[in-house]
Amino acid sequence: MSDIHTLSVQDIIKPENLVYEKTKLMTDKTLSYCPGCGHGTAHRLMMEAIEELGKENDTIGVAPVGCSVLAYEFMNVDMQEAAHGRAPAVATGIKRVWPNKLVFTYQGDGDLAAIGTGETIHACNRGEQIVMVFINNGIYGMTGGQMAPTTLPEMKTSTSPYGRDVNMMGNPLKMTELIAQLPGTHYVTRQAVHTPAAARKTKRAFKKAFQNQIDGKPGVSFVEVVSNCNSGWKMTPIDSNKWMEENMFPFYELGDIKVDGKLIEK
Amino acid sequence: MGELKLMKGNEALAEAAIRAGVDGYFGYPITPQSEVIEYLMAEKPHDRTGMVVLQAESEVAAINMLYGAGATGKKAMTSSSSPGISLMQEGLSYLAGAEIPCVVANIVRGGPGLGDIQPAQSDYFQSVKGGGHGDYRLPVLAPASVQEMSDFVPLSFDLAFKYRTPVLIVSDGLIGQMMEKVELFDTMPRLTDEEVTARYPWGTNGKPKGGERRIMTSLDLDPHKLEKHNFHLQDKYRTLEEDEVKYELIDCDDADYVIVAYGSSSRIAQKSIQLARKEGIKVGLLRPITLWPFPKKQINALIKQGVKGFLSVEMSAGQMVEDILLTVGDRTKVAHFGRYGGVIHSPEEVLEALKQKIIGG
Repeated sequence: MSDIHTLSVQDIIKPENLVYEKTKLMTDKTLSYCPGCGHGTAHRLMMEAIEELGKENDTIGVAPVGCSVLAYEFMNVDMQEAAHGRAPAVATGIKRVWPNKLVFTYQGDGDLAAIGTGETIHACNRGEQIVMVFINNGIYGMTGGQMAPTTLPEMKTSTSPYGRDVNMMGNPLKMTELIAQLPGTHYVTRQAVHTPAAARKTKRAFKKAFQNQIDGKPGVSFVEVVSNCNSGWKMTPIDSNKWMEENMFPFYELGDIKVDGKLIEK
Repeated sequence: MGELKLMKGNEALAEAAIRAGVDGYFGYPITPQSEVIEYLMAEKPHDRTGMVVLQAESEVAAINMLYGAGATGKKAMTSSSSPGISLMQEGLSYLAGAEIPCVVANIVRGGPGLGDIQPAQSDYFQSVKGGGHGDYRLPVLAPASVQEMSDFVPLSFDLAFKYRTPVLIVSDGLIGQMMEKVELFDTMPRLTDEEVTARYPWGTNGKPKGGERRIMTSLDLDPHKLEKHNFHLQDKYRTLEEDEVKYELIDCDDADYVIVAYGSSSRIAQKSIQLARKEGIKVGLLRPITLWPFPKKQINALIKQGVKGFLSVEMSAGQMVEDILLTVGDRTKVAHFGRYGGVIHSPEEVLEALKQKIIGG
């Protein structure tokens, strides 16, 4: 019996037992995201990619307005906070005067696909050599669950309480397919982070996106992450991931859309 | 003596941007200032100094490109005219909040709304009272000649970096479009990346090796911290008011009356003064060069000197006159005269207004 009590947590936390650790490009600050939300995973995967590429001193990130407005508190690289929707313009300004640095934006659906539509399309059309990360959860999380440009038809939000009526409120916008048509995008992919397998794929996508920029590949590398919003969708985290698989993925199909400047035939 | 050239005001501003070592110009065409970006594109500044010039998709995008570039410690600049400057107000508020240096030139045209494309000075309130949301001020320089369109570019960048603030150059369609002789200053080399990094440690241009990352933001959700940040901004504005007021006095030594005018209006007023003095009326001119900070002390000095009245002459319905009134109070007469909506007053009209509103009024 006594043997059981002699092994403490401190006995396990030893360098030789270490198999995985938090990237040092995430700060120790407690995440402001709701438990169950995909943002934290997406943050960490992106920061792991930058760390593994050895670019922590050569990266400048641009945070959006939305749930991830405080992304700069968690991402341990030089960061700028943009006005709502303007991150692609801000990133353009940075990249044009520091062409050898890695520049990325991290934006939600309201930021990238509603108020910032113009900036998104034109940064992509100019072929800015930046990485754009697009977290699509189909809802406005921070302001309390209002309809997003990506809200699915019939989906209930606080500003579509009887479901999104596409005749009155318009259709969900597939921004990723839209910008993939532009010659200024080099790599366009849609991923998820709700399972270990999906997270691994997303990390590969982030790495590829940043590698494109390191290699000076022409144009934007664009990674959409279809994510959940269990608070906004008013579900448990597990239910929200299930709902996402059943409803979001059929509409926002996962996988590469454009690789090395060429659209993928489907 | 520097190189002499006959240039449009807009061209002089553009040439000065190249010579002042600007790293990035981001703009969007609008009459009457489109010559700025046209001149820059034709000059290939990237070949001359390494300066980047980019035509943005909108003024909204342009000002946010300034945010990105300026926040890294590089010299960023844009120019536009009234409706475009209105679109930039959101960005200017964020730039002021995050304390990002940059220079924005406004070649003012008639308003409100789409207005017209003729010269006006009706953006005074927007320029000197903040413009966007929140408690902030921007230093505002008002050139009155093509020469000053050139000279005020490096001057604005000095202020912008000294105080970490956007600086406005507020000109008008007349000065932007007219041609005058200009003595160009010698080209100043752009700072190297290493010089930028060493000189501006706040710049978000890649976390220093072994150092802390930098954050450029105007957000602070803790009201007490945000109030503290606002205190800091107000301290900065007080220093600017104390140290950076610029003005010009013409014929004020013996003046009984003083016309206060800036930019194009000050050029017209100089003629009005000559006409008045021919009639034996002793009139002087106070030309604010910084519209904010406003030359309040100089107005007080003129009152002490015995000036019996001030006429604010502006191509607006009367905006700067409010700042003169705030300074003068009821100590002496203050009135406004100006044509607006793109109409330019004549020297004779100004003199007539002085007689009616100040001398006889």
